[in-house]
Amino acid sequence: MLQKTFGKFTKWNVLRNLILREIDDLIIGSLGIIAFISFFVGGVVAIQTAINTDNPLLPGYLVGFATRQSIILEFAPTFISVIMAGKVGSFITSSLGTMRVTEQIDALEVMGINTYNYLIFPKIAALTLYPFLISISMTLGIFGGYLACISGGFSSHADFIEGLQLDFKAFHIVYAFIKTFLFAMLLATIPSYHGYFMKGGALDVGKASTTSFVWTSVTIIITNTIVTNLLLT
Amino acid sequence: MIQINNLIKSFEETQVLKGISTTFEKGKTNLIIGQSGSGKTVFLKCIIGLFEPTGGDIIFDNTALSSMDLKTRALLRQDLGMVFQGSALFDSMTVEENIMFPMRMFTNASEDELRDRANTAINRVNLIDANHKMPSEISGGMKKRVAIARAIIMNPKYLFCDEPNSGLDPRTAILIDNLIQEITQEYEITTVINTHDMNSVMEIGEKIVFLENGLKQWEGTNQEIFKTDNEAVTKFVYSSEMFKKIRAIYIKESN
Repeated sequence: MLQKTFGKFTKWNVLRNLILREIDDLIIGSLGIIAFISFFVGGVVAIQTAINTDNPLLPGYLVGFATRQSIILEFAPTFISVIMAGKVGSFITSSLGTMRVTEQIDALEVMGINTYNYLIFPKIAALTLYPFLISISMTLGIFGGYLACISGGFSSHADFIEGLQLDFKAFHIVYAFIKTFLFAMLLATIPSYHGYFMKGGALDVGKASTTSFVWTSVTIIITNTIVTNLLLT
Repeated sequence: MIQINNLIKSFEETQVLKGISTTFEKGKTNLIIGQSGSGKTVFLKCIIGLFEPTGGDIIFDNTALSSMDLKTRALLRQDLGMVFQGSALFDSMTVEENIMFPMRMFTNASEDELRDRANTAINRVNLIDANHKMPSEISGGMKKRVAIARAIIMNPKYLFCDEPNSGLDPRTAILIDNLIQEITQEYEITTVINTHDMNSVMEIGEKIVFLENGLKQWEGTNQEIFKTDNEAVTKFVYSSEMFKKIRAIYIKESN
């Protein structure tokens, strides 16, 4: 599938519009939900950390430090990607599956169009911007944690900022974006495969979306384990 | 003209087409008929290249499909127009964009030229006030007209229709049949229609190929089908009392 996706390219002026449409559907269309989830989960992470580390012997900056590490290393890249497997992945599988069921893919093939490149490449190209979404998620998650801590009186402004800056390793950001990029490719290809090659009718489109979500999530979690072992240990 | 020589298609152990040979003539509406499961759709999909035949050959105007390289096959595809059973219009495009789509993909025509050609095709299939509607906003009959307009916009040499009037009311079905026949004669296209609609057989069947269990059982015209004593054909075509009576009247009148 991937070999055909990168072979016999569609006319650039058509492909450009397809990529822009996919960016709108997959990236811009996900901004709202990612912002909402990141902000509030960031807040909950900070509150939970503060509640569970209220021993006076523990330093005050711990909440900021733990919030930063949790969000940058795992929550934003991995758990947002699992959520995106549900949102973006299901969208990709169901839209391609519906095109398959209604013979739209056959219609493209009869015209002599490389359907892999026409349908799947724009999704892969659009999802190369996925790290942009994750950087927004990181920012809003930490900001949510900060606001929750300050407004709830769990930590002072100075302590939280000190925790955020403490023992900061730039490589952690690199690590987060390496795995984000890998997850983006999984989010584009696994749902595309399940949608493009689905067989059956309308009911099977729903089944294919569910299967695609399960496999994308499982693959993201396994890839996360492998990449973490390779890069952080 | 399309010549089919001993076409075989198998899916794993199951042989669906068991060696079909026939000829579809230019400027005529050629019909493939047969019961569900007789191999009609597989036959059509082999001809248009959606399935690779297991054996035999398909010859498009003296050039065998098996001897064509990928580039020639790609060029041949631009000479094919296809009307799918469910119309297969692209949901995300308007009627006009659907019709312009093949030209946009394969020519460097300007937006004005694209629009002009699309409007010519739209007028040819008698679509009124539908240019900017989405496929979900138009009726089944209009969808078929859009699909026909999209199929003919590149001036194809070969037009294929898979059950073009299924799901349509009898009046619209006849209008669609007549439209396909008019276009076939006007543009001198080789048209192949897959159908099990007996009205189509009687109205536009200039050449009819009857399939049963993956084999060609009979071929002839819509006049000859009244007279044939082929048991398989008569069982299929004259399964209803109405068609039995029509046949009896036709035979009586022609004697």
